[in-house]
Amino acid sequence: MDLEETLLPGVGVRYELRTRAGQVIGIVLGREGSAEIAVYDRRDPDRASTVLRLDPEEVDAVADLLGAPRLTQRFADLSREVPGLRSGRFPVEGDSPFAGRPLGETRARTLTGCSVVAIVRGADVVPSPGPGDLLEAGDVLVAIGSDAGLEQLQRRLRPTG
Amino acid sequence: MDHVAVLLLELGLLFLGLSVLGILARRLGLSSVPFVLVAALALGEGGLVPMTATQPFIEVAAEIGMVLLLLALGLEFSADELFTSLRHHGPSGLVDLLLNAPPGLVAGLLLGLPWEGALALAGVTWISSSGIVARLLGDLGRLANRETPAVLSVLVLEDLAMALFLPLLVVTLAGGGPMAAVGGIALAGAVLVLALLAAQRQGHRLGRLMGSDDDEQLLLRLVGLALLVAGLAQAVGVSAAVGAFLVGLALPASFAERARSVLGPLRDLFAATFFVAFGLSTDPAALLPVLPAVLVLALVTAATKVATGWFAARRDGVAAPGRLRAGTVLVARGEFSVVIAGLAVAAGIPGLGPLATGYVLVLAVAGPVLTRLVESRARADGLRRDRR
Repeated sequence: MDLEETLLPGVGVRYELRTRAGQVIGIVLGREGSAEIAVYDRRDPDRASTVLRLDPEEVDAVADLLGAPRLTQRFADLSREVPGLRSGRFPVEGDSPFAGRPLGETRARTLTGCSVVAIVRGADVVPSPGPGDLLEAGDVLVAIGSDAGLEQLQRRLRPTG
Repeated sequence: MDHVAVLLLELGLLFLGLSVLGILARRLGLSSVPFVLVAALALGEGGLVPMTATQPFIEVAAEIGMVLLLLALGLEFSADELFTSLRHHGPSGLVDLLLNAPPGLVAGLLLGLPWEGALALAGVTWISSSGIVARLLGDLGRLANRETPAVLSVLVLEDLAMALFLPLLVVTLAGGGPMAAVGGIALAGAVLVLALLAAQRQGHRLGRLMGSDDDEQLLLRLVGLALLVAGLAQAVGVSAAVGAFLVGLALPASFAERARSVLGPLRDLFAATFFVAFGLSTDPAALLPVLPAVLVLALVTAATKVATGWFAARRDGVAAPGRLRAGTVLVARGEFSVVIAGLAVAAGIPGLGPLATGYVLVLAVAGPVLTRLVESRARADGLRRDRR
């Protein structure tokens, strides 16, 4: 795979991706969050022949669609790169005190110092969840923090008593 | 009717008229600048329906319009983008200057303008309209094209060059000799480098100082600072426009994004007034005699711009059709040609007014049309070749 980045002054950044199959995709990320995805002309490879325009909301939707399954993988890679930083996956069991409660009630950050960076729910992923996001039984929390913090978090999520 | 009533009526009609012209321009796929200029010609002295009551207001609003135009331009590009463009496309910028400024200078001298006026005309023919070009690139779906970075780099470098050219022009127009001109350019250059360095090192601090969650606060601080620096720059003789540009440049990219969206509507309003004011100050009757000269100059400098774009795109390894696209899209001249001409007219070189008005009228229309033609021609040729 061959990914090339070019600065577009006043507009944003253009990425050019040459896939293994030999196709070229151009992606222009605008500064205001919009994006254009382009396919190049066969006869004139400098010219974008088909351009898909995405507004910021659509960019988010596409990014979620393509990025979600990879998110947890990326955090695992991240924690490998930063010494002292660990990530972990913690299931919310049906009898956990927090099943059906908002994420904020776990007070994970205050009490354990861990950040919950995503909630994995079946095939879906909620990236960067807020304190108001409801946890469901069967969810898996992806969190990063210190070894000790992650252990505390795991204990907190377990059913009491 | 009392004076205030006439003033408000005239202004109301003016803005409504500008709105209609804007829609018309959009329909035709053109910039609204030439339409506004034509309308203003009809409203000014010697025009069809002279506007009188609003004249003093428009003159002040036009000054503010120029400051906001340049402030917005400074906000448009980050210091990093300037440096990157300079590294990759410095030679393109130089070719741009060497090909496009001399025709204006020569034409000015041949047409009997004083040499300060010829210098201004050189600026008019040199600088492409970044507003028109940027919008064209978006409208025609060319942002992802491989020649586009070269086009944008040329625009950035022109804007950077404006920060040096404007003080030079203002000092020259004020009647300063060569020494004063060199002094002006040195001062502007030093301030420019200082502002760029400040933006890189301390920009975040300025951003924090200026930033606010409240849009109103943000707008007041931004416009206040820009007018203050512009006023200071004007007082020391390097042009208010340059001061405002430097303010925009020194603000960090993180802050610039919100600043642009807050400033946008106000800039549009006052910039439109600026174009109206320039059109008003031109006598339409003076346009006709210079028309042949304008057409020749437009033809020559359209060709030199195509050569510039060709050169810049070739540096990026773009093939011939892309080079032609890059060249033709740069042909459009617009807001900055008017800014330069406005400075010269205000300094007492009225002969430049009709020339620059006609020139911008021709190229602001012909540029976009030309680059669309090139594109559809190339596509038609390609299809024909496919069919065979």
